[in-house]
Amino acid sequence: MPKTEFSPSIDSRPTYAGLVSQGAAPTIMVADEAGAQALSDLAASDASVMDHAHVVLVGCGAAALGDVKPVAIHDAPDFDAATPLVTQLLNTARMGTQIYLAGSEGLIGHVSALAFAAGMPVDEIQMEHRGSIARRMQCVHCKGITEEVTTDPFTCAHCGLTLFVRDHFSRRLGVFQGVCVDAETPGVVPETVEIQA
Amino acid sequence: MKKLCLKVAEVEQLSPLVKRFRFEEPTGAALPVFSGGAHLTVEMPEGDMIRRNSYSLISDPYDGSGYEIAVRREDKGRGGSLYMHTKVAEGDEITVSVPSNLFQLDLRAKKHVLIAGGIGITPFLSQLRQLDMEQKPYELHYAARSREEAAGIKLLPQAAHVHVHISEEGSRMDLGSILDGQPLGTHVYTCGPDGLITAVADQTARLGWPKTSVHSEAFTAPPPGEPFDVVVKSSGKTVHVKADQSLLEALEAAKVEIDYSCRGGACGRCHTKVTACDGRILHNDHWLSDDERAAQQDIMPCMSRFKGTRLELDL
Repeated sequence: MPKTEFSPSIDSRPTYAGLVSQGAAPTIMVADEAGAQALSDLAASDASVMDHAHVVLVGCGAAALGDVKPVAIHDAPDFDAATPLVTQLLNTARMGTQIYLAGSEGLIGHVSALAFAAGMPVDEIQMEHRGSIARRMQCVHCKGITEEVTTDPFTCAHCGLTLFVRDHFSRRLGVFQGVCVDAETPGVVPETVEIQA
Repeated sequence: MKKLCLKVAEVEQLSPLVKRFRFEEPTGAALPVFSGGAHLTVEMPEGDMIRRNSYSLISDPYDGSGYEIAVRREDKGRGGSLYMHTKVAEGDEITVSVPSNLFQLDLRAKKHVLIAGGIGITPFLSQLRQLDMEQKPYELHYAARSREEAAGIKLLPQAAHVHVHISEEGSRMDLGSILDGQPLGTHVYTCGPDGLITAVADQTARLGWPKTSVHSEAFTAPPPGEPFDVVVKSSGKTVHVKADQSLLEALEAAKVEIDYSCRGGACGRCHTKVTACDGRILHNDHWLSDDERAAQQDIMPCMSRFKGTRLELDL
């Protein structure tokens, strides 16, 4: 599956320039199954990028990387299991460490927020979107985060409000913002549509 | 710009070339607090002109009982530091600006590495008090030629994370070993000669540091140079700039209205458009880009000079 092209939006909406090798530096890579293909493509463009790379794969096994050979591969069944792994790698990382994220919006948002909290400027993170365009949404009312949102509006998994999917993105939290769609006119809810790229 | 009329409360010789000055509000009232790395501009009236130099504050940013600065005597400068050293005594009145800051700490950093060369120690003296207060991890590296030159030693705390490198004693500062292996989220700040600032920029680039984690401040006062004339477009008036005067000072003396803040070519407040230039602008600032310098359509009057036949400013 190729790199996703998103339609133009407000400045807040993250855009993902695609992975570009920064050479044989200390490296942390995080990808899901669709993103693993972007890591393989990256290694094909410059094999040295894997010389000092630790790769965390979320929800897929090492086979997703093909014959790419980084220093270490850690796999985790989901975000929750991956978080302590990624946090540990970030907490022991030195200045000059390069970070590559590839996969869904949820994965990129989640891990870029962890990296930002560890002191990595978001602009310096290499990101490439592949696969699902499902969003990680925060309800601005109850602050609960709903993963894998594919429709607009959607129902907050925490407080049950019907939320409008905004392009307004929090880099600190790695989430898009969801706002109550029928606050002024309770019960009057627009037709549900699939989120588009 | 808001001004404060203060009293010189203390003058102390820190080293053969450096004096510390403490200013207090004559009524004993508290002064506005500031943030680490801030500076103030001191007015030095001499004859019919007022010279203004900016100096980093070295006192505790949270202490409103007084402001302290340290001034290195520059015998080849235009006379600002000589004025401070020879004309200013305890009990005198002195006019200063309120503090402003062009060299703040980035408080998102996980750790701060402060690198000072010579008198470039001054902004860090207030920053490290702020870092102590906020209990942020930091290390300070202070390089000086000799112990006698290292006026800042007296003002530094004795701590394991404060390192003094005296090149005369064979303990040169090794930027590679300081910067390599710093934890993710470190920011580095450099104040000192241009060579040191460039060396830190080069070293961090080699190590793959993000540019936004690298900060610097050059402690420059306007250099003296050959005298020249400048034409003010709105009035057609010609203003003469003397050898030991900056263009900004000459314009102020001629009562031409112009905004300023740092007077060191860093803040951009005095940025002025050039409407005619037959000659070469000697750019000494840190504000304009290389392209803007080459185009000769902009000038920073606080630092830059001119060599040629005609310079006209959009003032």
